[in-house]
Amino acid sequence: MKIVAVCGMGIGTSVLLKMNAEKVLAKLGIDADVEAADMGVARGAAQTAEIVLTSEELAEELGDVPAEVIIINNFFDLEEITEKLTAAVE
Amino acid sequence: MALNLAEALSSIETQAEAADWRAAIRLAGAGLVAGGATTDAYTDEMIDAVEKHGPYIVIAPGVALAHSRPSPAVLTGGLSWVSLATPVEFGNKANDPVTLVIGLAAKDHDAHLQVMRSLAGVLSDGPAMKRLVVAKTADEVRAVLGDLAAAAA
Repeated sequence: MKIVAVCGMGIGTSVLLKMNAEKVLAKLGIDADVEAADMGVARGAAQTAEIVLTSEELAEELGDVPAEVIIINNFFDLEEITEKLTAAVE
Repeated sequence: MALNLAEALSSIETQAEAADWRAAIRLAGAGLVAGGATTDAYTDEMIDAVEKHGPYIVIAPGVALAHSRPSPAVLTGGLSWVSLATPVEFGNKANDPVTLVIGLAAKDHDAHLQVMRSLAGVLSDGPAMKRLVVAKTADEVRAVLGDLAAAAA
């Protein structure tokens, strides 16, 4: 499974989101490739990814993509990430 | 394995006063400049990033990760720490108001990953964050971060 973590710049928030998503995926036993991307890269990457992780503001900016877009409010709340990722893969 | 985040911080300012989110980011930017990590232009770039993409940098309740992309204004890259005496609204529905602004500058997309891992560890530690946001001095912040690194080692 391909997952893209998106932020505006691709160096900060998306990297943190990728790290925490990987922790959650490992715990859930889901085999997935998580990529951190900035908005420009993400528009392309989101065409082939199954899931996009991002914040509410950026989800609006990203617009319509074929991937399922999951909005994360607290990037450090592993429970929130776990809950939303579990719901998305089921 | 765990890097002591205190060693990665270019500057630490505690209980600072900022009138609004721009002023708060300016403090974080000034910290990066003071530590030799960036030039003043990077501070403007961090503010531009929020103007362009919105207040998404408020990534957890009370925490803003101010940053822009790698640019000529990034000299060495680094991290600055600014805790605010009075919380500031960034316009982020889920996570306002902000009491801690972390300024981040990176030379490229990979150089700072170890620092980011350490930062993620600190920010996801609720009890430590409570101590960090009320810390009155830079030495107190360093002491908490040092304890965390020692506990994770």
